[in-house]
Amino acid sequence: MSSQGTTTARVAPDPPQPPEAAAKARRLSLLNVAFELRAFIALAVLIVVFGLLSDSFLTVTNVITMTKHVAINGVIALGMLLVILKGGIDLSVGSIVGLSGVVAGELLQGVALGGVIAYPPVWVVIVLCVAVGMGVGLLNGVLVTRFNVAPFIATLGMLYVARGAAMLISNGATYPNLGGNPALGNTGFDLLGSGRPLGLPTSIWIMIVLAAAAVLLLAKSPFGRWLYATGGNERAADLSGVPIRRVKTIVYVVSGACAAIAGLIIASELTSAAPQAGETYELNAIAAVVIGGAALSGGRGTVRGTLVGAFVIGFLADGLVILGVSTFWQILIKGAVIILAVMLDQGQQRFKRRGAAASAVAASARPT
Amino acid sequence: MTGHVLRACDVTKVYGGTHALKGVDFGVAAGRVTALFGENGAGKSTLMKILAGIEHPTTGRVELDGRPVELVSSRDAADHGISIIHQELSLCPNLSVQDNLFLARELRGRLGAVDRRTQRAATTAVLRRLEEDVDPDGLVGDLRLGQQQVVEIARALLQDARVLIMDEPTSALTAPEVEVLFRVIRELTGSGVAVVYISHHLDEALDIADDVVVLRDGRLVATADAAEVDIRWIVERMVGRDQDALFPRREPVLGEDLLTVRDLMVADPANPDRLAIDDVSLTVRAGEIVGVYGLMGSGRTELLEALAGRIAPASGQVELAGQALDGSGIRERIGRGVVLVPEDRQRDGLVQTMSVGENLSLAGLRSFVRGLFVSADLERGAVERTIADITVKASGPKAAIGSLSGGNQQKVVIGKALLTGPRVLLLDEPSRGVDVGAKADIFELMAAQARQGLAVLFTTSDAEEALHIPDRLLVLARGAVAGEFRRGELTREELMSVSDGGAV
Repeated sequence: MSSQGTTTARVAPDPPQPPEAAAKARRLSLLNVAFELRAFIALAVLIVVFGLLSDSFLTVTNVITMTKHVAINGVIALGMLLVILKGGIDLSVGSIVGLSGVVAGELLQGVALGGVIAYPPVWVVIVLCVAVGMGVGLLNGVLVTRFNVAPFIATLGMLYVARGAAMLISNGATYPNLGGNPALGNTGFDLLGSGRPLGLPTSIWIMIVLAAAAVLLLAKSPFGRWLYATGGNERAADLSGVPIRRVKTIVYVVSGACAAIAGLIIASELTSAAPQAGETYELNAIAAVVIGGAALSGGRGTVRGTLVGAFVIGFLADGLVILGVSTFWQILIKGAVIILAVMLDQGQQRFKRRGAAASAVAASARPT
Repeated sequence: MTGHVLRACDVTKVYGGTHALKGVDFGVAAGRVTALFGENGAGKSTLMKILAGIEHPTTGRVELDGRPVELVSSRDAADHGISIIHQELSLCPNLSVQDNLFLARELRGRLGAVDRRTQRAATTAVLRRLEEDVDPDGLVGDLRLGQQQVVEIARALLQDARVLIMDEPTSALTAPEVEVLFRVIRELTGSGVAVVYISHHLDEALDIADDVVVLRDGRLVATADAAEVDIRWIVERMVGRDQDALFPRREPVLGEDLLTVRDLMVADPANPDRLAIDDVSLTVRAGEIVGVYGLMGSGRTELLEALAGRIAPASGQVELAGQALDGSGIRERIGRGVVLVPEDRQRDGLVQTMSVGENLSLAGLRSFVRGLFVSADLERGAVERTIADITVKASGPKAAIGSLSGGNQQKVVIGKALLTGPRVLLLDEPSRGVDVGAKADIFELMAAQARQGLAVLFTTSDAEEALHIPDRLLVLARGAVAGEFRRGELTREELMSVSDGGAV
C-alpha cells in the first residue's frame, strides 16, 4: 500500500518536556489520579474523621460490625452494577430481599405436602430462595427484552409485585425463630448470619466471593465484554453478533439472585423474616454503584468502585450513628454525598480531556 | 491579508492529546465563498467550530473586522453575525419545522407568548426561497433526511448572518436541491455575506468556491483563487499524493459462488406496507468485488441488513456457498462467515465507551475464548496485528475510540468485521464521511480481502466509486435491480440515467 497519508500506530516513549509545561501536565495527571481514587479518598477521609471523633469507631469489633452491614448492601450492589452496566436499573431488589426472607421463613416452618408436613433441609431452602430471586429477575428481564417495557417501569412494577407477594405469603406477619429444630433436621440457617469461618462473619465472606466472581465475569469472560458493549452501544453490539437479549435478561436474573442472597443473610442474622425487610434497599444499592463511578447510561463502571461505594455509604451511616448524629441529619448527609459523588464524576470526565490536552501542549512545546 | 471579516490567527487546538489544529491562519472575505478542503481529521470541523464559538482555541485568537473577539458560545457568535450549519443535524425531531427554525430565538407577541403567525410566515418564506415544499407545522422527525438538511440550512438563513459556515450541507441533498442551495449562496454573497463551504464532494465545492483553502494534518497547506486550480491540484495538497492511487487496478481471480440471493423481498422497516427490496437476485463469487449503486431510499441499506440477518426478509432465499442461511440471525451468520460493516459507524459500528482494541475484538471475541475466559494474549496479538494490517492511526489498542478521526474509526469497524474471519464481507457505504486518504486505504483493504478469496459486496452513492471499484456493478433503484454492468461498461451519465429508472 502506498501510504504517505497514513502511518501505523507506534507508542512512542514520552519526549523530554520543558520543565514548566511538564510540571503542569504532571499536576493535572496527579489530580486525575486523585479523581480516579476519589471514592477511596472519601472512604479514607471518613475513616480518619470518624476515628478522630470517636474512640470506638476504629476498634476491630466495630469495623467488622460495620463491614457486616456493608456486606448486605454490597451484595445487592454487585447485582445492581451489572444491570446499570447494561444501561438499565433494577428497582425491585429491595422487595426481593423481603420476598426471599419470607420464602425462607415459610419453608423452615414446614410445607404441607399431601397431608404431611415436610421440613426441607437448609441447603434446599437456600437454593429455593435464590431461585425465587432469579425468577423475579427473569420476569424483569422478559418484560424488558420481550415486551420492551422500560427497565425503570418494569422493575418499579416488580417492586410492588414482589413486596405484595411477600405480604401475601406471610399474611403480613414476621416469621420468628428460624434456627430450626434438630429433630426435624432443618437446623443451621442461623449460621449464615452468626457463623464466623476464619474469624470473619459469613456475610463478609459471601461478599468477597461474589465480588471476586464479578471481577472475573466482567474482566475476563466474554459475557463481561458483551455486557460493556451492550451498555455502551446496543445497536453496535447487536450487529457485532452479541446476543444482546440474553445479556440483558441475565443481568436481571443475577441481580435478583444477589438480592435474594442478601435477604437470606438478613433473615439469618435476625433469625426472623419480616415481609417489610429490605424496603428502600434498592436506593442504597444504586447509590453505591453511582458513588463507585458507574454511568447510569451504561457501559462504564467497576466492581472495585461499587464495593468502595458500598463502604462509603455503610461507614458514613454507622459513623454518624456512633457520633450520635440525629437520624434526620444522617438522611440529609447521605443525599448530599450521593450528589457530590456524581458531580465529581462529571468533573473527572472534563478533567481527563483537559489533562490530555495539557500533556499534548507540553509535548509539542519541546524544542525541536 | 486584509479585507477579512472573520479571521482565525495562529490558532492551535488540542483535543485529548492530539493536535487538531497547529498554528492556522484562516480568513474569510465578505461577498466571497471560501471552500475549505482537507481529509477527515485534517481539522476543518474544528476550525469552523472555533470560528462559530462552539470550541475555544487552545492558543491563538479570533478576529472580527480586524479586532480580537472572544466568542464564548455559539449564541454569542450568532449575536456577532456568525452562523453555522452543522455536519451533524442539530434539529429536534419531536418539534415542528417552525419550532426548530426559531428554537431559542422565538418571536414574541403580546404577553410574551410565541407569535406563531409571524413565525409561520417567515418559515414559509424561507422554505420557498429554498424551493422546499414542507409544512411549517409538520414534525421534523417525519421529514426525509435531505429535507431535514434543508431545514437546517433555513435556520441559518433566518439569522441574517454576515458570516455563514456550511459544514457538509449537502450530504443528503438531491441534485436539484443542491442547485437551489447554490443559487441561494450566490444571492447571499451578492449581498455581502461571507460563506465558508466544506464538502466531501470536491467538484461541488470547487464549483461554488471563490477562494480555496486546503488543510492537512491540522496545518494550512495551501490557499488559491478557485479559478486557477483544479480538483487534482486540491487532492494532491489534501493527501500529498496522486489521485490515481485512489482506485487501485486489479485483476480478480474468481472462484465459486459464495453468496447467492434469490428473489429477495424485504419490507421497509419504517413502513411495513412498502417493499424496501422488491425481488432482488444476485450472486457474488469468491474473489469478486460487487458494488451496489443506489441513492438514499433505493433499498441498499435494507438489502445488506437483510443479508446480514438484521432484518428478516418477507420472502426469498439467501445461500452461503450453497448452504441456506434463511432464518438465522446476525450472530449465527457471523459464525458462518457473513458479516456487515454498517453505514452509520457512530450509531451501529462502534461502542464509544470501549477502547480501540475492545472494539476491534468485539465481533470475533469467540475465537479468543479459551475455557471460560477471553485469552488476553490471543486477543492482544490479533488486535495489534489488525491495527498494523489496516493502518489504524491510534496511540495504541488502549486509545479511546473517540480520539480517532472518522477514517480511522471506519477502519476499526472494518477491522472488527475482518477479525470474525468472514467469507462474505458486506460493506454499507464504506467511504461515507471518510477522507480521500482513508478512502484509498479502505478500497485497498477490500481488494486485499478479495485477493484472499472473500466475496465482497458493498454499496455506494458515489458515482466515481461505483464506476471504478467493483468488478461488477448492480444499480439499485426503488428496491429493484435496474441494471448490471461490468467495470468499464458504463459512463457516468449512463449510470445517472439508470439509477433514475431510465434505460442505458
